[in-house]
Amino acid sequence: MSGIPHDHYEPKTRIEKWLESRLPVISLLYDTLMIPTPRNLNWMWIWGIVLVFALVLQIATGVVLVMHYTPHVDMAFASIEHIMRDVNAGHMIRYFHANGASLFFLAVYLHIFRGLYYGSYKAPREVTWIIGMLIYLVMMGTAFMGYVLPWGQMSFHGTAVITGLFGAIPLIGESIQAWLLGAGAVGQPALNRFFSLHYLLPFILLGLVIVHVWAFHTTGNNNPAGVEVRRGSKEEAQKDTLPFWPYFVIKDLFALAVILVVFMAIVGFMPNYLGHPDNYVMANPLATPSHIVPEWYFLPFYAILRAFTADVWAVQFVHWITFGIVDAKFFGVLAMFGAIVVMALAPWLDTSSVRSGRFRPMFRWWFALLAIDFVVLMWVGAQTTTFPYDWIALIAATYWFVFFLVILPLLGVIEKPEAPPATIEEDFNAQHGLSAK
Amino acid sequence: MSHAEDPQGDRRDFLYYATGGAAAVVTGAAVWPLIDQMNASSDVRALASIRVDVSMVDPGTQLTVLWQGKPVFIRARTEAEIEAARDTPLSDLIDTDARNDNLAAAADASDAHRALSEDGVWLVQMGVCTHLGCVPLGESGDFGGWYCPCHGSHYDTAGRIRKGPAPQNLHIPVAAFVDDTTIELG
Repeated sequence: MSGIPHDHYEPKTRIEKWLESRLPVISLLYDTLMIPTPRNLNWMWIWGIVLVFALVLQIATGVVLVMHYTPHVDMAFASIEHIMRDVNAGHMIRYFHANGASLFFLAVYLHIFRGLYYGSYKAPREVTWIIGMLIYLVMMGTAFMGYVLPWGQMSFHGTAVITGLFGAIPLIGESIQAWLLGAGAVGQPALNRFFSLHYLLPFILLGLVIVHVWAFHTTGNNNPAGVEVRRGSKEEAQKDTLPFWPYFVIKDLFALAVILVVFMAIVGFMPNYLGHPDNYVMANPLATPSHIVPEWYFLPFYAILRAFTADVWAVQFVHWITFGIVDAKFFGVLAMFGAIVVMALAPWLDTSSVRSGRFRPMFRWWFALLAIDFVVLMWVGAQTTTFPYDWIALIAATYWFVFFLVILPLLGVIEKPEAPPATIEEDFNAQHGLSAK
Repeated sequence: MSHAEDPQGDRRDFLYYATGGAAAVVTGAAVWPLIDQMNASSDVRALASIRVDVSMVDPGTQLTVLWQGKPVFIRARTEAEIEAARDTPLSDLIDTDARNDNLAAAADASDAHRALSEDGVWLVQMGVCTHLGCVPLGESGDFGGWYCPCHGSHYDTAGRIRKGPAPQNLHIPVAAFVDDTTIELG
C-alpha cells in the first residue's frame, strides 16, 4: 500500500501460497502492520491507537447495553436504571460506555491539535485530513444521539435546544426540524430514530477509520520534523523508518496502558464526575433544568453558537446585507458549523512552505494561543451568558476564525521559517545525540 | 457518445440517456419513502387538536397542558394583571408583533391582540421560551408574568418579552372557545 519502498510478504508454505493466490489477506495484513514508519515520531503520535481502542470499546459495550435497553419514552429511563441496578455488571458496562465517550473526545482533540501543530494536514495528506474531519462530525452526531437515549432531563431539553438550531434556518428550518423529530416536539419518534442512528453510525465510523488509515498509509506518516521519508531505495528508506510492528505497536500500547490507568480510575472511582445530575431525573416536558449545559466535549462549539448575539456589529451587518434572512440565531448556527469548516480547509488556508510548527517561530505562538483559546471556549461554554462571560466568549470565538482565515494565510507570507533538517535520519540522530552512520 | 459529424445522436446515445434518466427516476422514487417516513406519522398528526376543560380554572390560576408535545399555558388573569398589560404602551415592548396564530401576522402586540376572550381574562400561549425553547415559570420575573430560568428572559402579564435574550413574545397557538368552559387548541 505504501509508496515507501519496503519488503513485501512472500508466501512460503503450500497453504499460504494456496490462500495468497485466492485471497491475498495475509499480505494485506502484513503490509499494513509492517508499514515503514518515521523513526522520529514523538509521544503525540500515540492518539491514533487510543482512538481505535475507544471505538472498539464503545462498539463492544454499546452492543451489550442494547440487549437491556428499551427505546420508549415511558421505559427508557427505567431500563437505564435496570441496567444500573439489576443487570450483572451492568453499571460497570454503562460507566465504561459513558466515560468511553469522554476518552474518545479527549483523544480526538489531542490528535487534531497534533495534526495542526505539525502540519499533518498539508499536501499530500489533505484527503486524510478531510476524512478525519468527517470522522469528527460523525463522532459528534453519534455522541449527541447517545446522550438522548437515557431520556433524562438533560437528554430531553438538550435535544430540544439542539434540534431547535435547525429550526433557525430561514424558510425551511421548521420543516427540517419537524422532519428530524418526526413530530412538533421531542418525543417517541425522536427517541426511536436516534436509537437507530446511534447504533448505525459507529459502523460508519469504523468504515471511515479504515479509509483514514488507508489514506495515510498511501502517503506515509507525517512526523515531528515534517520532512518526507527518502524513497530513492529501500536502504535509504530504512535509514528514516522502522516497521510499525513491533517498534511502534509496543510504544503505542505502553502509552495506551498509561492512559487506561487514569481512565480506569475515573470509571471506578468517579464515574459521574463528567456527567450532570439533572440527567438522573426522568425527562419532563413541562419543566426545564435551570441550566442546560452540553457534555464537556461539545462546550467549545456551544460557546461559539451562543457568542454571536444580536448586538454584535458583524451580526447586524450580516442581518442587513442579507435583507434580514440571517438573524442572530441563524448566525450562531452558521458560526458553529463554520468553526469546523474553517478547520477542514486548513490545508488550503495555510500558505507556508514549511510543514512542522517546530520550525515556524511565529506560527508556534499563534498556535499556542489557539490551544488556549480552545480551552477558554470550553470553559466559557459552561458559564451563563451574562457579563463578562459574553465578552470572553465573543473574543475567543472571534480568535478561532481569525486564526484560520487571517493568521494562517498571512504567516506563509510574512514569517521567516527556520531550516528543517534535511532528512528524518538527521533529525533522529540529533535528538538522540548520535552521529550519522 | 455523440460525434461531431453526427449531431443527431445515434440509437446508442438514446439508450444511454434513457437508461440514465430511468435510473435517476427509479432511485428517487425508491429513496423518497425512506426520507418521508421520518415526517410526522398519522397518529401524531391526528393529535393536532385537543379540547381542554377550563371550568376549574379560577382567576389568578393557570393550567398547563401538553399539546403536540409542548406545554401550553392557559391562564385566567386577575383584574390587576389585565390592567397592567393594557396600561403598557407599545413603545415599551421589545417585540411589537402579536405572535398570535389566530390573527393576521401584522397585528400589533396590544393586549387585545394577545388575550383569547374580549374581556381579557383568558390568555392562552405556548409555554416555550422563544430564546432556546425552555419552559418559563409562571407568576415570576420583573413584570409579574413569566420568567425563563435558563437565560433570564422576563415576560409580562400578557406573555410579551420585556427583558432578556428572547427575541419574540410567547407564541399564541390557534385556540377558540367551543362552549363556555371548553377551549379547543389547534
